[in-house]
Amino acid sequence: MPPHLLLATAAILPFLGSVVAICLPGHARNAAAIVAGVVMVTCLACIGLLYPAVAGPDPVIWAMDWLPTLGVRFVLRLDGLSWLFTVLVLGIGALVVLYARYYMAEADPVPRLFSYFLAFVGAMLGIVLSGNLIQLFVFWELTSIVSFLLIGYWSDNASARDGARMALTITAAGGLCLFVGLVLIGQIVGSYDLSVVLASGDAIRRSPLYLPALVLVLAGALTKSAQFPFHIWLPRAMAAPTPISAYLHSATMVKAGIFLMIRFWPVLADTEAWYWIVGTAGMITMLVGAWSAIFQHDLKGLLAYSTISHLGLITLLLGLDSPLAVVAAIFHTVNHATFKASLFMAVGIIDHETGTRDMRRLSGLWRAMPYTATLAMVAAAAMAGVPLLNGFLSKEMFLAEAVDNADGHLLNLALPVLATLASAFTMLYSVRFIRQAFFGPPPHDLPHAPHEPVRWMRIPIELLVLVCVAIGLVPNLTIGPLLAGAVRAVLDERTPDYDLAIWHGFNAPLALSVVALLGGIALYVAFGRRINTNPRGGPWLMDRIDGGWLFERTMTGLVNGARRLEAGLGAERLQAQLRILFLTVLLAAVVAGAARGLDLFAPGKTTAFDPAFGLMWLVGAACAVGAAERAKYHRLSAAIFVGGAGLVSSLTFLWLSAPDLAVTQILVEIVTTVLLLLGLRWLPKRDAAIPAPAAEKARSRRRRLVDLCIAAFAGLGLAGLAYAVMTRPAVDGIARWFVEEAYPLAGGRNVVNVLLVDFRAFDTLGEICVLGIVGLTVFALLRRFRPAADSLGPPKQQVNHDAYDDAREGRSLGDTAADALLVPRVVMTWLFPFIVLLALHLFLRGHDLPGGGFAAGIALTIAFMLQYMAQGAQWVEERLRIQPISWIGIGLLVSVLVGAGSWLFGRPFLTAYFAYWEPPLLGKVPVASALLFDLGIMVLVVGASALMLVALAHQSLRRTRPAESGVERAVEKEPA
Amino acid sequence: MEIVLSLGIGVFAASGIWLMLRPRTFQVVLGISLLSYAVNLFIFAMGRLTVGAPPVLGAGADIVSVDDPVPQALVLTALVIGFALTALFLVVLLAARGITGSDHVDGREPHLAEPNPENPHP
Repeated sequence: MPPHLLLATAAILPFLGSVVAICLPGHARNAAAIVAGVVMVTCLACIGLLYPAVAGPDPVIWAMDWLPTLGVRFVLRLDGLSWLFTVLVLGIGALVVLYARYYMAEADPVPRLFSYFLAFVGAMLGIVLSGNLIQLFVFWELTSIVSFLLIGYWSDNASARDGARMALTITAAGGLCLFVGLVLIGQIVGSYDLSVVLASGDAIRRSPLYLPALVLVLAGALTKSAQFPFHIWLPRAMAAPTPISAYLHSATMVKAGIFLMIRFWPVLADTEAWYWIVGTAGMITMLVGAWSAIFQHDLKGLLAYSTISHLGLITLLLGLDSPLAVVAAIFHTVNHATFKASLFMAVGIIDHETGTRDMRRLSGLWRAMPYTATLAMVAAAAMAGVPLLNGFLSKEMFLAEAVDNADGHLLNLALPVLATLASAFTMLYSVRFIRQAFFGPPPHDLPHAPHEPVRWMRIPIELLVLVCVAIGLVPNLTIGPLLAGAVRAVLDERTPDYDLAIWHGFNAPLALSVVALLGGIALYVAFGRRINTNPRGGPWLMDRIDGGWLFERTMTGLVNGARRLEAGLGAERLQAQLRILFLTVLLAAVVAGAARGLDLFAPGKTTAFDPAFGLMWLVGAACAVGAAERAKYHRLSAAIFVGGAGLVSSLTFLWLSAPDLAVTQILVEIVTTVLLLLGLRWLPKRDAAIPAPAAEKARSRRRRLVDLCIAAFAGLGLAGLAYAVMTRPAVDGIARWFVEEAYPLAGGRNVVNVLLVDFRAFDTLGEICVLGIVGLTVFALLRRFRPAADSLGPPKQQVNHDAYDDAREGRSLGDTAADALLVPRVVMTWLFPFIVLLALHLFLRGHDLPGGGFAAGIALTIAFMLQYMAQGAQWVEERLRIQPISWIGIGLLVSVLVGAGSWLFGRPFLTAYFAYWEPPLLGKVPVASALLFDLGIMVLVVGASALMLVALAHQSLRRTRPAESGVERAVEKEPA
Repeated sequence: MEIVLSLGIGVFAASGIWLMLRPRTFQVVLGISLLSYAVNLFIFAMGRLTVGAPPVLGAGADIVSVDDPVPQALVLTALVIGFALTALFLVVLLAARGITGSDHVDGREPHLAEPNPENPHP
């Protein structure tokens, strides 16, 4: 396989595996583990095969277009550094899969764990392999999200939920900062491509945007790698299953932050700001972490704080601005990943086999599990920096750097002392861990009797410890070439000379190392007992500061602050909101108009005045004002007035050369009025005679006056604007092209229709989708409709009818209602075929004459509606089953299929086809695919509007039920 | 003609806005209807006014002087969407009235402090 294909496989496979694993049934833990294992091994093989390609000077790159308009490409980029991290992520990941298979209980939903795990691996590889800044950020946030799922895996556990939430909040917030920082870097460099960015270090450091970019990028890196004061999330993330902790806190999650700092070291480091921020953060974190680790009683807690401390050490190295320190940082990253992963796994075994992780209860496990104990001791010795193990080598390099840099800066002068102190602390907690867990008297009353775990659970630890020893003994044969490749990828020509040998002769670092090792043991001998019985349960000095409490306080403060802000600035009431909205728009219009010197009444071209038009608009204005005045107490007349206003606007369209609009408007008007009338039934009675409270009265009068002013000014403004535009000469826009090309290109003479179904058909498709969605929403809302109690009884008319029928001899209940409006009802029933014909006519002529799918659809709806009005819902539905929802679906399908049909001919979506066809007698007629599209529109419009009307009309059937029970009661009363 | 139509648009808009600022949901629905008439006419008027020249090409139609079809096409879809909007608001108001027992836009009568979901009709 070519290199870039191997690379793409390794990047994509974990995500595919994640999808497969989540589809497995909950108890299929073997299958899930096999999927995960196969994915990890395959990816590892792909990356392994790429090693020769990476050994060259150029990185392996696989790219494709992602956001071409923004110049952002999806780039996978593999160089020495990313190769080393990829192997770390995949190698330790593969071991974690094996370990997790035996660690997880049968009752847990294990496939879900493996699915999250694989997604996390994919995200992590995404970060490491990103050749583009934006892409890097996407995967960065993905690790935050997936780690949230992993930490909160045991979601019925409150501490798991809290830990997951805190980790997500801190790392995702840092991620957002990182995003801004990366965008700033992209702006400085002019490209988001990593190779370009890495080549522009000088430009970035010289830019005035350097400091903000640096601070933001570091905010991302330091939160992710748990540096002080953001370290508080890491100990709480220990609520995750131990295999996950082993993975997140050794090789991945926290190392993402380290990776980012190493990656950008060549372009961001070597400045005062970098030195102070990164160096200080690393120094404090290293000491605080080591100090806190000493006092932990929980084994996992000890490892968590130890991880923080080691991350601090690596960060400090990166802050030193020396190429040799970068070598040490990369080296220690690898070493820490191996020994910390094995220690986490060993602690997991102890927890698994004894049921506790409390060092005060554990003791003498050496006897029960000698094999595991030996492995844990070797790993702990590596952590403490004991010679002949890998931890010793990188710690030596660290101490050498500390000594070499001890000049000038205050921080540097203290460096050797503080570094030795932190190393001594590390020795102290490592010794304490080994002594407490494995030595001493045999344990008593542990939850389980301790014994060795199953063979397979130990294999990952064995392999990792083997790596620790191998690197420690023969570094040049094992890690040497890999480290060299990674260092060259970062430092290029600045690569320093370094020597990985175990023995450098008697020198200062060795002396410091010895002091630290012996000092750690001495401290344990002196204080071990007091630490073990420390009643305060937390580290001295540090236990007064509770990071979790501070975090919670900050979060609550944020929420409360937002609430107060909302209470202060927000308007809860709709009227107030609308008032503000209209006033803002009004103000904006006035300001814009004044700023541009808008003259509303400049002389311009006008059309000759027609008195009939003026008279018509007098009526229209009266209708609008009447509707506004009547709407509160006289809803029926207000609805009729609104209908009148609609009629006037329809006539205006007709008058001013828009017959299509006139037809559609008048049809829509009919349907809307019917809808409003159907709705009136369910509104509360409102009576002007009921007096309002006196205080309320004055307030409401003032409010109405304000509203009247707003409305009047808005109306005047709109009128002025409309007048100004209408009297200006028309702009020669796109209209002429449409008019000229409608017939030659689309075969239609009605330009408006051609625009809708051909030139701008995609817009129309969107519109009918909206219409269909609204229809379904109305239907869904009405299915759960619960009328208010006072609307439930029969309306006044029905009561009167029933009383009349009751009082007369020879009449049964409902006769009056059945006889009402008999003649109009017969006429309405017989109108049905004629309206259907009209609809068909409107539809067929639409392409050439006013009409079209919208108008035809609404006309057809009116035909159905009239039947409902004439005969009632039950009568209609016994004879005519219309299924509006299927109509909506069919209409949409027809339109989309017609659009997609053009693909068959290699044309873009919705390309219309037309030809002329000459059937006998009728003469030449155009046949256009747009007509079929129009058919889809018509069917959908019928479906949607009929659905709304029928759903609303059906509410009247609900009303008959209580009325029927009333009839029954009346019948029961009769004998008495 | 222009002055009549622009004044008409103004009256429609003013009535619509006034109604939208009222407290009862039915008033607001009617207000939206009126405002949408005004806006439709306004958009239509952006194509300038022409009498007797619809954009329908027949024998002898003058391609140069027909009315602008673009605002017409925009308004045509707006009419249908406006209908859907009115229907949706109407149903939302009915549902809200059913659930809260009040036809006030805020779902509760202003002189009652808090809505009582158990008994909306004290």
